[in-house]
Amino acid sequence: MGGDEALVEARGLRKSYGAVEAVRGIDVTVRRGEAFGFLGPNGAGKSSTMRMIAAVSPPSGGTLRVLGMDPTDDGPAIRSRLGVCPQEDTLDSELTVRENLLVYGRFFGLSRPEVARRADELLAFVQLSDRAGARVEQLSGGLKRRLTVARSLINEPEMLMLDEPTTGLDPQARHLLWDRLFRLKQQGTTLLLTTHYMDEAEQLCDRLVVIDEGVIVAEGSPAQLIRDHSSREVCELRFGADDHQGVAERIQHLGERLEVLPDRLLVYAADGEAVAQAVHEGGLTPRSTLVRRSTLEDVFLHLTGRSLAE
Amino acid sequence: MAGRVESATAGLVWRQLDHWRVRWRRTWRGSAVTTFVLPVLYLLAMGVGLGAYVDEGGPQASLGGVNYLDFIAPGLLATSVMQTAVGASTWPVLGAIKWDKTYFAMIASPLRPRDVLLGNLAFVAARLLMTAAVFWLVLLLFGVVALPWALLAIPAGVLIGMAHATPLFALSARLERETGFMLIYRIGVVPMFLFSGAFFPVSQLPDPLQWLTQLLPLFHGVELVRALTLGRPDLLVDVGHVAYLLLWCVVGLALADRSLARRLGG
Repeated sequence: MGGDEALVEARGLRKSYGAVEAVRGIDVTVRRGEAFGFLGPNGAGKSSTMRMIAAVSPPSGGTLRVLGMDPTDDGPAIRSRLGVCPQEDTLDSELTVRENLLVYGRFFGLSRPEVARRADELLAFVQLSDRAGARVEQLSGGLKRRLTVARSLINEPEMLMLDEPTTGLDPQARHLLWDRLFRLKQQGTTLLLTTHYMDEAEQLCDRLVVIDEGVIVAEGSPAQLIRDHSSREVCELRFGADDHQGVAERIQHLGERLEVLPDRLLVYAADGEAVAQAVHEGGLTPRSTLVRRSTLEDVFLHLTGRSLAE
Repeated sequence: MAGRVESATAGLVWRQLDHWRVRWRRTWRGSAVTTFVLPVLYLLAMGVGLGAYVDEGGPQASLGGVNYLDFIAPGLLATSVMQTAVGASTWPVLGAIKWDKTYFAMIASPLRPRDVLLGNLAFVAARLLMTAAVFWLVLLLFGVVALPWALLAIPAGVLIGMAHATPLFALSARLERETGFMLIYRIGVVPMFLFSGAFFPVSQLPDPLQWLTQLLPLFHGVELVRALTLGRPDLLVDVGHVAYLLLWCVVGLALADRSLARRLGG
């Protein structure tokens, strides 16, 4: 149970659906106890990768070991030690909240008393004890997601896989879920998640890979990625005029790098305030100016030329 | 090696017992009532009501020399299990793939698509057993079962149902949209219900239609159940019916296995 033990080892991993190549040769190592993220836009190949690691979708090429086993041959053995929280809810809407946990635990070969004990603990953990008897179809999106997380923990998994865990949730529901995931991480559960939210990646991940069009374009801790692929600060400028390109040429020299977005200009520099000041001194008057720290969004923009959220 | 895989499958199928038990508990009361009331209504309206006209002047030779009630009672049992099978292997299957996506939750556990298929079909078989048994009791009340052969009409009902459920499961696992089911009902289930010899002998049909009808599993099911409830099975003929129904089950199962594995494990 050393900290260096690799739970997932992928080399040159590929997945094709007919002529479409969703995953085009990725190398990933996930170690026990870490929180590892796949960050990328929709359609980047994150979910396909997750499905291969979860041993429900055979790889089209490359090698993949999960918990030291081959997902193609040892699917049931691997899945018995994983927890999977899919992007779309897969709860049984005809059953109650508690029944969903009870029947699911039995799929792992757990006894009825054991499942009942764990179900009650997990309902408390995700703060759903008072809704135990409610039908799933009566739950809001946030409550359903919490129930899905509880269900994915019924077998006390060594690694919990979450595909876009907070997509579609309101801010309060997101923060509650993040808090629960953070607790799991503290307890030593390995987390593997995909997200296209940079704040989620920054909050939860020790290490992540940026994935785009089926390939990994960068890898590291959130802080390290920002250090390596962006400046310390960003000055965001909005001009009323449509002449962003023209303005861009005039202020190009003020930062290390400049991005032209449809609605604003981003100037990357160690000192954002200095850029803002220089813009004003140069006789330009942007409608709004915002100086902020670089985020993973900036890393992604720099690496791919596109923003994360469409 | 094969033995080890077999036993593992049995274990993984068994783990679904509670899943299907809980679902059953939610729905069985409603379906039990319809399962009981509908045959009573059919038998009263058609067997007794319509039968009074058909039987005017004595039992018809084309009906095998029996009363109309005796003739259609087994036909209704066979068509009823067929309809239960269709209901259980169409919408719920697509629902577990597309709407609730419960199959995807199941295969995220140690269960494999094949285990899920077998578990679900075992549940369908249990429902068919209930339908056939309740219907059989109604037939008993109407006094149209000849014991002891008629007892075999219950397992025969399960067999008829499975001969329809397995190929339809395969089809449902491939469908993208539920509109396909409308088509199955209109061009499949309804004509089959009407023309498989449940309500009148297929010898009344033009020759090409007779041939077509005899390809359908339901025709063989109706003939089999009728021979049993009338208490006069013909060993060779009826073993033939059983074999033909089994063939549909086996082919249907193989197709369903492939379809579901492809749909869930892409």
